[in-house]
Amino acid sequence: MNTMNMRDEPLVYELSRPGRIGCTLPRSDVPEYALPEGLVRTDLDLPELDELTVVRHFTRLSQKNFSIDTEFYPLGSCTMKYNPKANEAAAAHSGWKNLHPLVEPEHAQGALELLWRLQEALQKIGGFAAASLQPAAGAHGEFSGVLMIHAALKDRGELGRKKMLIPDSAHGTNPASCTMAGFVTQTIPSGPDGNIDIAALRAALDDTVAGIMITNPNTLGLFETNIEEICRLVHEAGGYVYGDGANMNALTGVFKPGSSGIDVMHFNLHKTFSTPHGGGGPGAGMIAANEALAPYLPGPVAVKRGESYRLEMPAKSIGQVKAFYGNFGVLVRAYTYLLMTGGNGLRRVAENAVLNANYLKALVEGVYPVPYKRHCMHEFVAKGTIVPGVHTLDIAKRLIDYGFHPPTIYFPLIVQEALMIEPTETESKETLDQYADAMLKIAKEAAEQPELLHDAPHNAPVARLDEVMAARCPILCYRG
Amino acid sequence: MAIDKNARYLESHEYAKPEGGNFVIGISDHAQAELGDVVFVELPAVGKTIAKGATFGTIESVKAASDLYMPVSGTVVEVNEAVKNDPALVNKDCFGAGWLIKVAPSNPAEFDSLLDASAYGKAIGEE
Amino acid sequence: MPFIPNTDAERTEMLNTIGVESVEELFSDIPAHLRIQKLDLPDGVSEMEALAALDALAERNAQTTKMDWFVGAGAYNSYIPSLVPALASRGEFLTAYTPYQPEVSQGTLQAIFEYQSMAAKLLGMPVVNASHYDGATALAEAVLMAWKAKEGRNRILLPADLHPEYAKVIATYLTSFDIELARYDGDPERASLDERTAAVVVAYPGFSGEVYPVEKAAARAHAAGALCIVQADPVMCAIFKSPGEQGADIVTAEGQSLGNPLNFGGPYLGMLGTTEALLRRMPGRIAGETKDKEGRRGFVLTLSTREQHIRREKAVSNICSNQGLSMLQTCIYLAALGKQGLRHVAKQSYDKAHYAAELIGRIPGFRVATKQFFREFLVQTPKPAADIARALAKKGIVPGLPVSRYFPDKPNELLVCVTEMNSRPQIERLAIALKEASK
Repeated sequence: MNTMNMRDEPLVYELSRPGRIGCTLPRSDVPEYALPEGLVRTDLDLPELDELTVVRHFTRLSQKNFSIDTEFYPLGSCTMKYNPKANEAAAAHSGWKNLHPLVEPEHAQGALELLWRLQEALQKIGGFAAASLQPAAGAHGEFSGVLMIHAALKDRGELGRKKMLIPDSAHGTNPASCTMAGFVTQTIPSGPDGNIDIAALRAALDDTVAGIMITNPNTLGLFETNIEEICRLVHEAGGYVYGDGANMNALTGVFKPGSSGIDVMHFNLHKTFSTPHGGGGPGAGMIAANEALAPYLPGPVAVKRGESYRLEMPAKSIGQVKAFYGNFGVLVRAYTYLLMTGGNGLRRVAENAVLNANYLKALVEGVYPVPYKRHCMHEFVAKGTIVPGVHTLDIAKRLIDYGFHPPTIYFPLIVQEALMIEPTETESKETLDQYADAMLKIAKEAAEQPELLHDAPHNAPVARLDEVMAARCPILCYRG
Repeated sequence: MAIDKNARYLESHEYAKPEGGNFVIGISDHAQAELGDVVFVELPAVGKTIAKGATFGTIESVKAASDLYMPVSGTVVEVNEAVKNDPALVNKDCFGAGWLIKVAPSNPAEFDSLLDASAYGKAIGEE
Repeated sequence: MPFIPNTDAERTEMLNTIGVESVEELFSDIPAHLRIQKLDLPDGVSEMEALAALDALAERNAQTTKMDWFVGAGAYNSYIPSLVPALASRGEFLTAYTPYQPEVSQGTLQAIFEYQSMAAKLLGMPVVNASHYDGATALAEAVLMAWKAKEGRNRILLPADLHPEYAKVIATYLTSFDIELARYDGDPERASLDERTAAVVVAYPGFSGEVYPVEKAAARAHAAGALCIVQADPVMCAIFKSPGEQGADIVTAEGQSLGNPLNFGGPYLGMLGTTEALLRRMPGRIAGETKDKEGRRGFVLTLSTREQHIRREKAVSNICSNQGLSMLQTCIYLAALGKQGLRHVAKQSYDKAHYAAELIGRIPGFRVATKQFFREFLVQTPKPAADIARALAKKGIVPGLPVSRYFPDKPNELLVCVTEMNSRPQIERLAIALKEASK
């Protein structure tokens, strides 16, 4: 059962009392200078709190969250694995935190070496020729990747190729990234086995095709068995293949996406490489490419010249996608994890992620229908269609009462009432057993006392919230 | 589901209903039920001319957003300000107070090419 | 490995439950010729060894704390109160996902709402979203947002005096669109607007530190039917008029110096705020207040139909994540410093920068080129600035950014930044060292 903070917590503005302050500066030791006339700000409506009040406030807020550190968090496609504390310890070093991005390169050799080593390791894991750590998130990596395809097509004089193919099971970021890079998307349906329908793909391939974006394993948790053929067909039609690495946790040390024909791909370091999700970010969306597309990578990237390291732009780079060199603090954490895991450990990560997912699937699939009868990879999709009148949302909310974070729900869109479950390799068998027990108990409750589900959660800081009211009359900041 | 017999429909669930020489345009009862609680409606400015089949706005629930397509070509002569302020009107009374725009048709004959009430009923699986 | 609890015995038991002989069998959908057994990487090491390796790398970097530090240029050496990392690193914040299940994410959601509230006041805007990757990407998204809002207009006016990396990022973001980026010199009030102009961007302050008022530029933009986008220094906004009160339609800012460490350039905090009129065109996630069915106040992510997970190819942007932890650090920082504290930080930076400029301006051969500034100003040097910087580095002083790092045709310019972290003795040492170096 949950041990969350159930008390209402006021807003910082409501806790404010005139005259209080939570941090003071040293007394100024220089003369005062007048501010420019006409530009002086007279009011600043920020709250006034003492230090302890700030500490209690944010501590109490934290206790209103589920997190990996406190609960099992099997969100499909999000890879909520344990985030080792050593990552945080490593990143806290003053040599990273107090390193300015515009320091002369000879004074940042440790940081540049880390970038270079991480690039090298990640391109090996993916089977690619080069990598860039610039993108700040998965979607940012996708945007970079499709811009690289755009740039390559431009060099070929084929900007008329405007069509990007997207499987119907894809994340929403894929089509949205295409639009930002000026492409038009066409949806490719999945076949009865959950994989891309090859006949539909063939039919879509013509001389307007720029490429395809593929997530492998796809969002159903299934490996695209025909990946080589898909890549070959798209290449023959003159297009490129973009790999969405959101689900790479299933494959590290087992399969190198680059070897199957994928041209350019991003990895989510905040998923596969254990950096914390932070309640929404920051992530890191490293992007890697084969020989053909490597010159177009965003930059700058770290290069090794003799015994020293420096930053350079790739030859035909699409340019910079953010200021400076990526979410560096996140990269330090990912590199720490890579050192601790190593080549041998990464295979064990994939093996146990896949084992745990198949085990959990075996425990629940008798009650929660699984639409595709195959071994899953690191996650599986089941259906919440257990009792008429009970919906996936009800099951998800009831799981909260049992002290588990709900899985991803209503995604992918092609499975009705979807529950997308990804346990990750860092969960123990007993946690999976307890979770399966809860799922089965909830199925029983659904039949016998459906109101228990409809009204869930009963044991959370708030009950179900009125999202319609929030959207109809948006209140987006404090109106005191 | 209610189907207004005086209106004609697109398969994408917009209706057009004659009123004087103009058409009143909205979305069907079936569409509002599928969408759920409407939270926002974006409508064109009065005076804009839009072709049949082109989008004239969007309608949103919490978890979905749909483009709105013109059932007939024409110029927008009136926009339902009430529904912009209170989108729930679409859920409460889609054929009445929850109408969206009024259009002066550029080709009134287009109305005849739309689905009539019975054909639309079949299209949404209701006899 | 400490991160994988399954024992061999448990693995066997689990395989039996699944009904397969081996884990390898679970990978049978992957064509056999594509499967590998091991990566060409060293084996994993213990935490103790990994941390030693990381520490050795970290030690090879220069640290602002060990030098007299006067470089800013988009990343600022500011004080971070101890409570900021202590609270933000709590596991319940650190290891939570995006708050898609609001009932068990009220901590994150209320923190976003409080950040939005404080940031909105600071920038003077009605709404601020839950953040972008950094100031540069926030500005690039703002430009796209303005372009889409002003259908039929495809010209964007950018100041010549804009951080060069921001200009590059904007160019990358606009790659595929038919948008003309025109640069204007000097006062934004005199930028040449026409009927094709979708927006004028004002840097408040510019890369050189120069502060131009926004008000007249915004009024002129509106008169020409264009929008006014302001890229602001959020600390400056504590004592200078906010962009919002001067008429900005979209405000973006780099929030790093509000409680986030330098970290070699990231993660930082892209702040973006706008007006009610443009709210539904704003990218990025937003938290909103609502009630649960028992009438208790709660917070949810709202207006999601703008976003990629619902609108897909028609979304206003592809952005999915926000800089959650960086935003949280800023939220805690603003709560702790509050109304008085942030003004102290801003005013002390202002006073110290002006004191430094006064001392440097008196050195023969040096000239302060920025007229009106907050905490950063451009100095014309008698010798190449890079040479001066090299000489001073030997004394533990980093006197500013030689502008030649970005613009090789400007060898004799040094961009000096002074924050609340610089003491009077540091500033005086800087002036003395500059004088010596110029001989």
